[in-house]
Amino acid sequence: MPIKTVYKAQVEYMQILDENGKLDEKLAKDTLTDEEVLSLYEQMTVCRQLDEVAFRLQRSGRMGTYPQNKGQEAAAAGMGFAAKKGVDWLVPCYRENLALNMHGLPYHYVLLHWMGDERGNKIPEGVYVNPIAIPIGTQMLHATGIAWAFKLRKEPRVAVTFFGDGATSEGDFHEAMNFASVMQAPVVFFCQNNQWAISVPREIQMNSETVAQKAIAYGMPTIQVDGNDLFAVYKAAKEAVERARAGGGPSFIEAVTYRLGDHTTADDARRYRDPQELEAWMGRDPILRLRKYLTGKGVWDDAKQAKLEERAKTIVQEIVKTAEGIEKPTTDDIFDFTYATLPAELERQKSTMRTSSLGQDPAQAGLRDMGTATHGHSAT
Amino acid sequence: MTATREIQFREALREAMSEEMRRDERIFLIGEEVAQYNGAYKVSQGMLDEFGPKRIIDSPISENGFAGMGIAAAMYGLRPIVEFMSWSFSLVAADQILNNAPKMLYMSGGQWGCPIVFRGNDGAGGQLGSTHSWCVEGLYSNVPGVKIVIPSNPYDAKGLLKTAIRDDDPVFFLESERMLGDKGHVPEEEYTIPFGQAELRRGSWDQPADCTLVSFGRPVNFCLDAADELLKEGITCHVLDMRTIRPLDMESVVRSLKQTGRLVVVDQCWPFASVASEVITQTCERAFDYLDHQPLRVNSDDVPTPYAKALEAAYLPNKGKIIGAVKKTMGLL
Ligand SMILES: Cc1ncc(C[n+]2csc(CCOP(=O)(O)OP(=O)(O)O)c2C)c(N)n1
Ligand SMILES: [Mg+2]
Repeated sequence: MPIKTVYKAQVEYMQILDENGKLDEKLAKDTLTDEEVLSLYEQMTVCRQLDEVAFRLQRSGRMGTYPQNKGQEAAAAGMGFAAKKGVDWLVPCYRENLALNMHGLPYHYVLLHWMGDERGNKIPEGVYVNPIAIPIGTQMLHATGIAWAFKLRKEPRVAVTFFGDGATSEGDFHEAMNFASVMQAPVVFFCQNNQWAISVPREIQMNSETVAQKAIAYGMPTIQVDGNDLFAVYKAAKEAVERARAGGGPSFIEAVTYRLGDHTTADDARRYRDPQELEAWMGRDPILRLRKYLTGKGVWDDAKQAKLEERAKTIVQEIVKTAEGIEKPTTDDIFDFTYATLPAELERQKSTMRTSSLGQDPAQAGLRDMGTATHGHSAT
Repeated sequence: MTATREIQFREALREAMSEEMRRDERIFLIGEEVAQYNGAYKVSQGMLDEFGPKRIIDSPISENGFAGMGIAAAMYGLRPIVEFMSWSFSLVAADQILNNAPKMLYMSGGQWGCPIVFRGNDGAGGQLGSTHSWCVEGLYSNVPGVKIVIPSNPYDAKGLLKTAIRDDDPVFFLESERMLGDKGHVPEEEYTIPFGQAELRRGSWDQPADCTLVSFGRPVNFCLDAADELLKEGITCHVLDMRTIRPLDMESVVRSLKQTGRLVVVDQCWPFASVASEVITQTCERAFDYLDHQPLRVNSDDVPTPYAKALEAAYLPNKGKIIGAVKKTMGLL
């Protein structure tokens, strides 16, 4: 038998709104209305402001380590908007604040989390968002599981999972993709390819020219989009979500974007990134691009911009106030939620503040009956 | 000059690796960000320049991948050093490090050895949340076939890491992000520290004392502070730094106990089935009659590591808790 080609594939790239704010009208048809664009632009601006303020809070010691979203707002906005709030389920990593917020998670939760309070992940009732995931890649399996459940229950709902370019190197990514594909689970794999995984550039992370092509191996529809282009992200996301909802199984989207900030506040990207690269991507800023577009359409001007910026500041000030106003946890809170029902032994430790290992610093505890509370059969 | 040279913990680790790599070209270092970035915590700073990309290797974010490939390299005669950015992330490589590395020799009837060092940060690094603050020694020390090393100071870090690299078995080497900047005396001359030999850091072998404090890794330093403070009240302690958990130098524990009659074990893992439990069990098995009081443990609390700063501090072992425990064994509390 002669040698023949048994498989051929290609990956498409889509851009609708270019760097200069010029829109491809044909592709943009039936995507976003002017009102929607305006609203998303405003939300992206607030998200950016939150990011700037979070950074300053960390620098002044009022916040733990924080990963900036700066530069990736269009990706989060487009994907978040395409998924149905209150119906579809978001399974995030940590760089899509806006999508979470669009699905009902108040921003002060996000701040509370990074300030070091688990209650920031205590998602309000009716908000379909999973907790922020720190072990890279592990959350994608949860999305596949959630989506599979939707399918089994015949619920027309979709799970959307967010992850970075680096996360696609983890085994969990491949297991989640394969499983979703075999089960034809309604899940959208949304990769924010921001070119970097801490100090590791994409070219070292992987030898595939695109991240999108990884989905081909799993027989999944896949596309690469300009991740700083709200229209392109939204269009691809909407198609993927609709396909999943209609029973068409999983899809993959690679949003090509750029992390304009450091990896986290514990990082200094100047040590490993070419300033010219950063400069070039500054010019492709998703927010700037929308502003150009809106200005060109005549629906936006400097006065409106100034007002929006003022409003964003006020909104974010309020968010910070709310987050910081939440009563600090007390020491005995450490026992709560270790189990669904606190076992008697932990209950005893909580109420006496004596762990089986002697517990609290006696200085802190005011030296309350240390001799008897620790061990029932104490020899002393 | 040499006698007083002080360097950081991270420099001691780097010196150990670099010296061994100069000595033995089978050794290489692989991990996330170890090469171009000089290490996420700057442990491998400058090593790429000296040894080149063939021996200082940046890895994709694939812990299971580079752990498994490291094991294969070790099986075929190389001497890999595998860096986990944090031991917390070794959990995604659990099958390779627990189910492959320590069993290879056994399951091949002695044919395939696995001389590999896994190293990285262990324990609460400071507000990293519960998934990123793992102390793995309690969990991993249950597995036969691994050696576990956990230094408390730069001198030991260097000497023990050199021994780990030369060892023919898989070694888990546990560092602490919170100690990497600690400075201490490290001589320039070549030295190694054998596994399984605890070091008495306070008190002396032939002097009785009130209590034996046994610890390993970072909390040894809390024990030293506690012992110094207790001394002001006239309470004397032996502080025994175990340095390795597997092998565990129980002879030294018993020897000290014979001088004190009291035992407190300080362990930053959770209390349940912990290394502290093991030390106490073995003490009871071997030297029950020397105990004047039941042995006590100071562990982290039996809950996931809290995220909030104040709660995390309250959760971890500290000087105050250690002092309380010592006094309790003496009937003073
Ligand atoms: C299992 C695991 N390994 C390593 C890390 C450390 N780490 C945190 S973020 C990160 C880079 C992730 O890069 P990417 O997936 O591209 O996401 P990005 O941060 O760029 O948004 C690494 C290696 C981790 N959190 N979990
Ligand atoms: Mg990335």
